[in-house]
Amino acid sequence: MDFTLHVWRQAGPAARGRFETYPARGISDHASFLEMLDIVNQGLIERGEDPIAFAHDCREGICGSCSLMIDGVAHGPMRGAAVCQVHMRSFTAGAEIRIEPWRAAAFPVVKDLVTDRRALDRIIQAGGFITERTGGARDANEILVPKTDADAAMDAAACIGCGACVAACPNASSTLFTAAKIAHLGLLPQGQPERDRRVLGMVAQMDLEHLGGCTLYGECQEACPKSISIDVISRMNRDYLRASVAEREERTVAGFG
Amino acid sequence: MLTLDAKAPTGPIDQRWDRHKFDLKLVNPANKRKYTVIVVGTGLAGASAAATLSELGYRVLAYCFHDSPRRAHSIAAQGGINAAKNYQNDGDSVFRLFYDTIKGGDFRARESNVYRLAQVSVNIIDQCVAQGVPFAREYGGLLANRSFGGAQVSRTFYARGQTGQQLLLGAYQSLERQIAEGAVTMHPYTELLDVVVVDGRARGIVTRDLLTGAVGSVAADAVVLATGGYGNVFYLSTNARGSNATAIWRAYKRGAAFANPCFTQIHPTCIPVSGDFQSKLTLMSESLRNDGRVWVPLRAGDTRAPGAIAESERDYFLERKYPSFGNLAPRDIASRSAKEVCDEGRGVGPTGLGVYLDFADAIRRLGEATIRERYGNLFDMYQRITGENPYAVPMRIYPAVHYTMGGLWVDYNLMTTIPGLYAIGEANFSDHGANRLGASALMQGLADGYFVLPYTIGDYLAQTRSAPVDPETHPAFRAVEAEVTARLQRLVEIRGRRTVDSFHRELGTVMWDLCGMARSDAGLRLALERIPAIREAFWSDVAVPTAAVAGSGLNQELEKAGRVADFLELGELMCRDALHRTESCGGHFRVESQTPEGEALRDDAHFSYAAAWEYAGDGAPPVLHREPLQFEVVTPSQRSYK
Repeated sequence: MDFTLHVWRQAGPAARGRFETYPARGISDHASFLEMLDIVNQGLIERGEDPIAFAHDCREGICGSCSLMIDGVAHGPMRGAAVCQVHMRSFTAGAEIRIEPWRAAAFPVVKDLVTDRRALDRIIQAGGFITERTGGARDANEILVPKTDADAAMDAAACIGCGACVAACPNASSTLFTAAKIAHLGLLPQGQPERDRRVLGMVAQMDLEHLGGCTLYGECQEACPKSISIDVISRMNRDYLRASVAEREERTVAGFG
Repeated sequence: MLTLDAKAPTGPIDQRWDRHKFDLKLVNPANKRKYTVIVVGTGLAGASAAATLSELGYRVLAYCFHDSPRRAHSIAAQGGINAAKNYQNDGDSVFRLFYDTIKGGDFRARESNVYRLAQVSVNIIDQCVAQGVPFAREYGGLLANRSFGGAQVSRTFYARGQTGQQLLLGAYQSLERQIAEGAVTMHPYTELLDVVVVDGRARGIVTRDLLTGAVGSVAADAVVLATGGYGNVFYLSTNARGSNATAIWRAYKRGAAFANPCFTQIHPTCIPVSGDFQSKLTLMSESLRNDGRVWVPLRAGDTRAPGAIAESERDYFLERKYPSFGNLAPRDIASRSAKEVCDEGRGVGPTGLGVYLDFADAIRRLGEATIRERYGNLFDMYQRITGENPYAVPMRIYPAVHYTMGGLWVDYNLMTTIPGLYAIGEANFSDHGANRLGASALMQGLADGYFVLPYTIGDYLAQTRSAPVDPETHPAFRAVEAEVTARLQRLVEIRGRRTVDSFHRELGTVMWDLCGMARSDAGLRLALERIPAIREAFWSDVAVPTAAVAGSGLNQELEKAGRVADFLELGELMCRDALHRTESCGGHFRVESQTPEGEALRDDAHFSYAAAWEYAGDGAPPVLHREPLQFEVVTPSQRSYK
């Protein structure tokens, strides 16, 4: 199969970017999208040109490294899949394909199609954990978790931290990412003691990272490679409201008015 | 001259670790913050170690080459993690897990280490549940288990098909908590390019900032390598593309012994190769073998569709050869059996390098809904990659390189032969002998990181008074940094015609053909001629673009070039090790050493040892040291899964 690629090239964070056009010829329909880019890059290197930089690692949809907008769609045409899982049989031969990086103020471009998504780590630092020192845990079966809760927690925990939700959102909001972690931990008995602190801290950090607010467009769940439902967002909003009220009450009792 | 002192305790096996822990020297809590520990790699082993060391009070500097510690390759493990909880009341125990692991490793691992691994396995599950890892549950709320290869009990805990991801996120979240507290300084986008040894002790590392390209040095009181395995020496493997051997290879060249490099695991259930553009292989979890039946046509050259082949014309070869373990035979045995039937011309699929993994019986017995509940995401993954629906037609699978049991030699404290340099997780050689059982890699990574290293490293620090070193001025740091810079410079100045990948592919083909599932004297000698030739061509004809003119220092080809240069040296050591070990054991199958039925034939009289290779300079043959293995508890026997 032959394709024409229009690829975003940008030398560095401060450089101006532009689209460059490259042919991709003789590609097998069994090749993955990233393998197609590998082939194009081999040609560029052999001609002494700078290959296209893109983030990737596991190439099986779990590490969350890959992050391409393909024809304006985060992770490309396949629903519930990361771009590394997209194969060229999803495209028609001769197609023109536009490839861009994630676009969000919170994700500056490092080079070409690689963006810096460390804002997501800082949101986790603001409360996306259960405080548990190594060595102090009780027997695992002493904590009973109803299967339905465990399954719902797993659905939310499946997030791979790729940032597609941010890239797909017209507001560049990371609310699906944040809410998924809050749901994962908040659905489990182990997550209860820090539930209020967690939601207040993580939501506050989203604002500090210049990520947009959520207005429930729902683009995020369409783009999510793990098909995480925006139901987690309403759960987060409930938790946030409850925690805000509780915090105000605590501050009043403590004399901070 | 290097000496191997395993420091393995003696006495009753079930008391060794407790007694050893009591004998370890302790660092006073108030003094811990005076010690700096570098942790390189933040997968399961590295993240759990960094978080735990930090909780204990040490200053921790953590490094990973990804943008985030959450992306380490541990995340790709699908099936599960073993623990001797005996929650299923099916006769499991610490001793049984120990025994299964020693036997599964074909009696080539150290008894004391493996027993300790089985002991702490139960703590790992407790720890992970407390962190909120969403393991699968039964309706009553208790933890669920499943079976895995090489065991006849159900001791594997799992989180859908994403166990590695969920365990890593648990460790990652603990690590991020420590980062938020300022107790761990995290350096993402940074790769280790060398280890610095001062007065015989590991005192720091030389790194490259992948975003700016800047090379720099960092000093510490101890260095922990948690950088994973070297399966990517084969080019095509199930490892993530970035997984590399540079850290352990640099450590080897600074004096750390490398043990059993030829012990590699070929996983039986991977999606077959579909073309020469292929960049990596995808594993289908071993858990599929709980319900899937492996078969090929009885007749060679039978190209009919699987549905058209009658039961009487099929060969369920694992069930036939190993009736008591059947489709759950250990990985090395299942892989070799698949290769045999393909070599006989009975392989399936367009390349003939594949066997069927068929769920038709299980779907008839349990219903499609149950199979979807158990394996839904794996079936989806298969369909995405192949375009075939595995609910309707059998999957096609073939073995692929998956894990490396070899690695840096470590003593019972997980310290390499360089004092102050530790290796944990897949980076070391310690627990799996010549073959790893399924669901044991996650167990070992977390055992080392959460429950072993945090104790043992204190013993070293408590007894070591190192003078402070300034990496900016100390001659040892300056010298290593200069070497690293010169090597990077040399790579970009070759300005050759061939891409890094083309050399890597060439090396991978040699390794797979000659040092893969079946190895022979003649083949290994041929590989030992070919690899140096590829290496020579690489250093004269590789094309590495210089970083873009303006802006970013990100240069992914330069990163790859350094890693492939190291693989080109490591591959040779693997072949050398495979050539010297004329027995077959576990994943190391020498065609000259097999039983009349074609099973691996060990030679305990001559090879009951770990082979630890010492670097002797470029161009000089490495020196072999032997750590004899003593079996006081288990009697080595011919492994049988019949």
